[in-house]
Amino acid sequence: MSAKLLKDKAVRLILTAAGSTSIFIVLFIFLFLGKETFQFALHPGLGRLLAERWTPVSFQAQVFGILPLITGSLLVTVLATLFALPFGVLGAIYISEVARQTEKEILKPFIELLAGIPSVVLGFFGLVVLAPLVKETFHLETGLTALTGAMLLALMAVPTIISISEDALRSVPVSYKEVSLAMGASRLQTICRITVPAALPGIISAVMLGMGRVIGETMAVMMVTGNSPIITANPMQSVRTMTATIAAEMGEVPFGSDHYRALFCVGFVLLLATFILNVVAQRVLKKYRLS
Amino acid sequence: MDKVRGLILAAVTASLVILVAVSGCSRPEKGQGGGQTIMIKGSDTMVHLVSTWAEDFMKQSQTIQVSVTGGGSGTGIAALINGTADICAASREMKPEEIDQAHQRSVNPKEIVVARDGIAVVVNPANPVTTLTLEQLDKIYTGQYDNWKQVGGQDAPIVVLSRESSSGTYVFFQEHVLKKKDYTPNARLMPATSAIIQSVAADAQSIGYVGLGYAVDAGDKVHMISVKADDSAPAVIPSESTVKSGEYSISRPLYLYTNGEPQGHIKQFIDYCLGAEGQKIVRETGYISIE
Repeated sequence: MSAKLLKDKAVRLILTAAGSTSIFIVLFIFLFLGKETFQFALHPGLGRLLAERWTPVSFQAQVFGILPLITGSLLVTVLATLFALPFGVLGAIYISEVARQTEKEILKPFIELLAGIPSVVLGFFGLVVLAPLVKETFHLETGLTALTGAMLLALMAVPTIISISEDALRSVPVSYKEVSLAMGASRLQTICRITVPAALPGIISAVMLGMGRVIGETMAVMMVTGNSPIITANPMQSVRTMTATIAAEMGEVPFGSDHYRALFCVGFVLLLATFILNVVAQRVLKKYRLS
Repeated sequence: MDKVRGLILAAVTASLVILVAVSGCSRPEKGQGGGQTIMIKGSDTMVHLVSTWAEDFMKQSQTIQVSVTGGGSGTGIAALINGTADICAASREMKPEEIDQAHQRSVNPKEIVVARDGIAVVVNPANPVTTLTLEQLDKIYTGQYDNWKQVGGQDAPIVVLSRESSSGTYVFFQEHVLKKKDYTPNARLMPATSAIIQSVAADAQSIGYVGLGYAVDAGDKVHMISVKADDSAPAVIPSESTVKSGEYSISRPLYLYTNGEPQGHIKQFIDYCLGAEGQKIVRETGYISIE
C-alpha cells in the first residue's frame, strides 16, 4: 500500500516538475528582459522611450521613442483583427453548424495547412502579389502599407480563430439546439440566437488568442509594412511594428549599448502586451468552461 | 492501465527534460577530426562572397574547415570580441566603442580590406530621372525633397526606400551621402536588398540604394542612376572600372577583422582571399577587387 503511495507521489512530482518548467522559463524570460530594461531605466532613463521618433542609428542624437512602434503594432493588430474576425467566426460557424461531414473533412485540414505556412513565404507572397495589388486598388505610391501587413496577418490569425471558435461552438450542448428547433425556430435563428451566444465567451477568447498571434508575428510584417517609424492611424501609411524593429535591429546593434537596451525595452513591452492578452483570453475561456 | 500510461508519460517527459538539459550544456568540440577550423561571422552583404571563398579554399586545403555565418556586421564584431569567431566580416569599420570593448577583453582587432563595393542608386525604368547630384540624393533621403518634380522628374511623390538601420550599407550611405544627417522618418526601411529591388521594380516613384552586384543582377528591372559629385562634375554610372578609378563617389571597402596579426591557418585563408584566386571570386560574385 505504502509502496504504491510512494510511486504515486513520485509520478506526481515528476509531472509537476515537467509542468512547471514552462512557468520557470516564462519567469526567466521576464527576468532576462527585465534586467536589460532596468539598466536602460538607470542610465538614459525610461523617459527617453516616450519620444515621438525612433532613430537609434544616428550621427546626430539617438532617439528611442517607442510610441511610433506601439502605434504601428496597434494599428496593424486592430486592422488584422477586424479582417480576421468575420472570416474566422463565420468560417467556424459554417464548419461546426452547416457543413456536411465531407465538407468538414476537406475544410479542416486546409485551414490547418494555412496555419502551417511559414510566415516568410506569406511575406514573400505579400511583397510580390499583395503589395502591388493594394497599390493599384487604392492608387497609392507604394503597396508597402499597414493595410498590406494587416491583410497578411489576418490570413495567419484566421486558422487560430476558426479552430478555437469551432471547439467552442461544438461544445454547446445539443439539448440547447434541440429545444430551439423544437420550439419552431429555423436553423438560422437557432445559430444566431442560441448557439453563437452560448459559445460567445469561447469565440471572444479565440479572437484574443488570434490577436496574440498577430501582435507577435514578425517576418511577414517586416517584409510588407515598409517599416517607417511614424505615428499614424492611416492604414495606407507605412508603419513599423515592435516585432519588426527587434528582428531588424538586434543583429547589428553593439552589445550592451543604449540601443541594445532600448530594444530589450521594446521586447518587454511586447511580452507584456501578449502576456496580458493571453491572460485575459484564458480567463474568458475558463469562465466559459465553468458555466 | 491508466497508471502504466502515467508512468510511461512521466518517464518520457523526464527523459526529455534531461536530454534538453544535457544537450544545452555540451558544446561541440572545436576542430573535430584532427583538422583545423576557422569560424567566420558577420556582414550579410558579404556572406555570399565569404562562403564562396570558404568553399573554394576548402577544396584546396583539405585539413582546414571554414564555417561561415551571416547575421550582420555588428553580430560578427560581437562574436570576434567574445571569441566565438576567428574572423569577422564587416561592411563597415569598427566603431570606437567596439574597439574599446575589444581591448577590454584583450582582443586586438586587425583590419584587412579584402574587396570594394559600389553602391548603386536605383529607380524604376519608367522614371525619366537618370542623373542626380550627391546633394540632390542628400535632400531626397533627408526629406527636403518629396516630389520628383524638384529633381527634374514628373509631378509625383518620391517613395524613399532604404535598408534597415542594422545594415552596414545604411550607415555608410548616411555618413557619406547624407553627411551624417538623419534619414527622413518617411523612408521605408526594407529588410533586405532583394526587397528594395523588388519594390523599385514595382513602384514607378520609388528610389533605393543597393550593392552594385545586386543592381547588375537585376538587369532591366531597375535603372541605375548616374551620380554627379557636384553640379559641374560629370555624371558617372557605377561600374567596376568607375568604382576602381574613384570616379564613382559612392563606394566603400569591405573588411575582414582578425584578432591580432593573422597567423597559421587563419593567415593562410586571408592570404588566399587577397591573392589572385580570391580576388577573381570577388569579381565573380559582383564585388570589386582591390588590385
